[in-house]
Parts: sequence; C-alpha cells; structure tokens
Amino acid sequence: MKTALKLAYRNLIGAGLRTWLNVIVLSFSFVVIIWMKGVLVGWDHQAKTDMANWEIGGGQYWHENYDPFDPFTFTESHTAVPEEFKTEIAAGNMEPMLVVQGTIYPQGRMQPVIIRGINPGQNIFKLPTQKLDTLTEAIPAIIGSVAARNLRVQTGDYVTIRWRDTNGMFDAAEIIITGVFSCNVPAVEAGKVYIPLEKLQSMVQLEGEATILTFRDSEKERPAIENWTLKPQSELTKSIDEIIQTKTAGQSVFYGILLLLAMLAIFDTQVLSIFRRQKEIGTYVALGYTRREVVGLFTVEGAMHSILAALVAAAYGIPFLAWQAKAGWTMPMDVSEYGMAVAQTLYPVYSTGLIVSTVFIVVLTTTIVSYWPSRKIAKMNPTEALRGRLQ
Amino acid sequence: MKLFITILLTGITTLSFGQPGADEILEKVDRNMSSENRIFESSMTIHGKRNSRTITSKTYSVGDKKAFTEYLSPPREQGTKMLKLENQLWIYSPSTDRTIQIAGHMLRQSVMGSDLSYEDMMDDRKLTDTYNAVVVGSEEMSGRKTWKLELKAKVDNVAYASRKLWVDSERFVPLREELYAKSGQLLKRSTMSDVVQIEGRWFPKTVVYKDMLKQGDGTEFKIIEIQFNQELPEYIFSKAALKR
Repeated sequence: MKTALKLAYRNLIGAGLRTWLNVIVLSFSFVVIIWMKGVLVGWDHQAKTDMANWEIGGGQYWHENYDPFDPFTFTESHTAVPEEFKTEIAAGNMEPMLVVQGTIYPQGRMQPVIIRGINPGQNIFKLPTQKLDTLTEAIPAIIGSVAARNLRVQTGDYVTIRWRDTNGMFDAAEIIITGVFSCNVPAVEAGKVYIPLEKLQSMVQLEGEATILTFRDSEKERPAIENWTLKPQSELTKSIDEIIQTKTAGQSVFYGILLLLAMLAIFDTQVLSIFRRQKEIGTYVALGYTRREVVGLFTVEGAMHSILAALVAAAYGIPFLAWQAKAGWTMPMDVSEYGMAVAQTLYPVYSTGLIVSTVFIVVLTTTIVSYWPSRKIAKMNPTEALRGRLQ
Repeated sequence: MKLFITILLTGITTLSFGQPGADEILEKVDRNMSSENRIFESSMTIHGKRNSRTITSKTYSVGDKKAFTEYLSPPREQGTKMLKLENQLWIYSPSTDRTIQIAGHMLRQSVMGSDLSYEDMMDDRKLTDTYNAVVVGSEEMSGRKTWKLELKAKVDNVAYASRKLWVDSERFVPLREELYAKSGQLLKRSTMSDVVQIEGRWFPKTVVYKDMLKQGDGTEFKIIEIQFNQELPEYIFSKAALKR
C-alpha cells in the first residue's frame, strides 16, 4: 500500500498541469460545497435564534381556537390567563399576549392590521416594548420597519385604528408610533401593531385575557392546560426545518453538477492514463503485481486527486471560509418581504461534521470514479500490454 | 315670579306639542322606508382614490328579513347573486358556479369594495329595539327642516355605540345618518337625497355612504326604479334560485 501511495504520488506530480487542473477544479468543489452548506446551517441557526428572540421565546401556549393564518379566528381566541402561570408571569418568565383584528387608516387609506397587546416591561422578546411605557394622549404603539414602510408611517406619527370590542361594537382611537423596530422575522412585523397589553384588554373589554402565552425556558417540561394548546419550540420552528430541507435538496443538484464536472475530468484523466500507460501496466504485471493490485494502484492514483484537492482547498479555502463566517454573505436582493425568517446577511456556520462529511463524500466519489475505468486493466492481456499494443 | 312661571310653562307646552317624540319620528320614518316587499333596480358607484366604478343590480326583498339581489353589470360582476335569509347570507358566483355562505367574520368584509360591509346590509334589527332615541333639536338641511335625533345603544351587541339621525320634519325621511364608535369618533356617514313621492310614500332615491376614516368620496347608491308591495314568488328566496 505504501508503494502504491508512493507510486501514485509520483505519477500524479509527474502528470504536471493535468493533475493540477483536476485538483483545482476538485478543490473548488470542496470550498463551494462547504461554503453553501455552511450558509444553510448558518441560516437555520440565525432563523431559529431570531424566532426565539422575537417571536416564540422558549415555546408557547396558544388558545385552542387561535390560528395565526386565519385572522377570523382571533375574536374567539382569548381566555383568562390560567392561575398556575400567574407566578411565572410575575417573575417575567412568561408573557401573555392578546391578539385582536383591527383596521388602520394611515393617511386615510384603509388597511387590515393585527393589534397585539404586550406587556411593556417584558424581556423575553427583543421587541423594544419599553417604548410603550410612555404617557401620551394617544395610545403608544411600536411597529416593524417593513410594516412602517408599507403603511408609510414613522416614529412620532399619529394614525387612527379601528377595532371591535368583544361584543362586536366598533371603537376607534389614535395611536402614536413611539418606536419602529427592525427584525428578521416577518411574522413579527407584517401587518402588526404592538400596544400595551392592559390598554388593549380594556379596549376590547377582555381584562386579564390572552391569546398567546410565551415562556422563556424551552427545556422545561410543560403540562397540558385546558383551552390552551402547547406549542414547543421545535414545533414552532418546524417551518424553518422544512424550508432548509427544501433548500438543501435544491442545493444538492448544484453540488451534483459541480461534482459531476470534477469527476468527468478525473474520469477522463483515468481513461487517458490507462490508454497511455499500457506498457507500464504490462511491466507491473511482469514484475509480479496481480491485476487487482494494478487496478488498486490506478484507483489510489485517481483518488489521490481528492486528497491533493483537499490540501489545496484548505490552503485558500480556510482563510476564505473564515472570512465569510466573520463578514457574512449579504444577499444581493431585498429579502425583507420573503415571508420567512431570513436575514439580509447570512453568516455561514461550519461544523466538524459538515467538513468531514463533505470530504468523505468527495473522496468516496473520486475513488469510485477512479476505480470505474481502472477495471479495464483486469481484462488486459499482459504480454500485449507490455508491447504497448492497443487493446 | 308668577309671570315667569307662566311664560316657562307656556314655552314647555309649545315645545312639547311642536316636537314629536323620538320613537314617534322613528315610527313614521319606518312607515316611509319599509314595506311588505319591494323590487328595485339600483346602481352602486364606488368612488375610489383613482377611479370610480358602477355596479348595477336588481333586488327583490321582503321586509328586512329576505332579500335576493342579482348583479347586472359590469360584465365582471354580471350574474353574481346574493341571497339573504334572516341572518344568513349566500353569494353565487357564475365564474366558479359555486355558492358560498358569507358567515361569521366574513360579514365584516366590504361589499364589492364599497364603503358598506355585508354586516351593514344584514343589520335588520329595529332601531327602537337596540337604541334609546331622543330628539335633541331641529336643523335645516338642504333647505328642509329636520329633527335631529340622537340614538344611544341600549344593548351591547350592536356595531355602533351611538348614531345621529336627521329626519325631514314634514316628510319623515332621514336625510343624514352618522354612526359613531364607542370613543365618540365618527365612523360612517350616510347622506340621503333625491327624495321623491312613490306610491304615496316619501323615499330617498340616492344614498351616499362614506367611511369617515377613509379617503375618497364614498359609495353612491342610487335607486333607478322601485316598486312596493308586489306579488313575489316564494322560490326567489331559495338557494336554488341562485343558480338559475
């Protein structure tokens, strides 16, 4: 095996530019695959962290009728906060939120809006709810930057909102935008206005009631509560997993093409080697090598392309990947209205598993592709090969 | 002192004899505005920010409980039919050949993009059943003397906490209505005009509905032709009639 490796190395280096072209193409595959996979892992990581920080905390209880995709369910999605959670709420480890459907009239345009009542002193979410803790004539409200852009409102603007109380009676009042926040979770921003919880409860005559209860600690085992549905963090981030899965499948096609190009070059090199080095093959057999050993020698030689490629990739890839992990990759298009939790700049995350699996896949593929044409050697007539006759 | 009391009593007596009670006014308005049944062709012009569009329709109705409307134009809406039975509403769309029931919160949506919601059309409770009305004075409006009525909700489950109504003091036809939120904010205003006498009753042929929080000139509802108390076949008010 040692001789095989030595021989393979010599032959590879001896092939000069041909080898290096193959190695460069293959190393490029290494770097690109690791980078793209890293971006997806980074996105997954960022999306889940952002969702936890801005939207779901450590998990939630939803009122049994609540369906965030159907605003028509909101009027029936509220009930008194369960007694057993009162201490946790008082300690700031659980936040009740009331969700009400309303209408907002920015500059006389009518637009549906979801009014969310949130405690101004909360610290489970990164929402700047402290800006709700202010004394104004109008109702203090905070709004996401995308929603602010769509509604064409900014901090300090007064806007009329209309809603119905629990009996269906219309009411209207002015809100003042006391803060505009920016986050990467569209579900937090899109068409939503945040006002103090107690104010909203009194506006709709639902004192002490809530639609969503968000808890801080995701690890804690949670009991089932009557009228409430437990939504653990893993369930609430399921959509991210599904998107990542779809993206991974889509990217695999790209990896496939990239690897196919590299493998084509290696396959061609192998076919050419076997064709041009028949005398050498004959000599090996004459020297006592079994055919299997000769096949092995050529396979190792082909597979060694991937080892060299890994080394070359490490030479320029490590600084590049490290720089990317730090600087991030800013997407060329505006992603704020994509409807999913995605940041404008994604920071790739490379795990050992990711690197090892990528190297393994590339080396394995290269080995298979190197072995494939080498099988022909086994069928060669050694005397003819020694003479260098075409077979 | 005696003179003062005499003048005061005379004044009160004159006022109370000259001004009918709010319920009496609403009763008279009811007599003008409601009928056993009616058939009317109307146009609804929705004035948007950029353009206006007109939808014409023919409606058959029995009291406030049953109504059947067929949209006649524009071509996009032609053939769309709406059936209201008590507090239920169905819409038939010829393009999909489907009948859907407008229920629950869908009733809060705007009718064909107008300033009217399905719910506004569905509210068939008598004002005297849901509001306490008082006459607060008289005003002149479009050259007509009107009684100004203020109505405050006496039940919780009405859409508007209070209303103001200006009723023509001779013809007992409402000339303006304003709908208010609980906070007292004016939400909607309807202005009635073109009051004509049809079959012995005074009736406004044009109503402009305006969502006061919204920009635009509102929705103009015009009666092109109206007939009261006609023979109406019962099958019109069935779901089967929607697909005819």
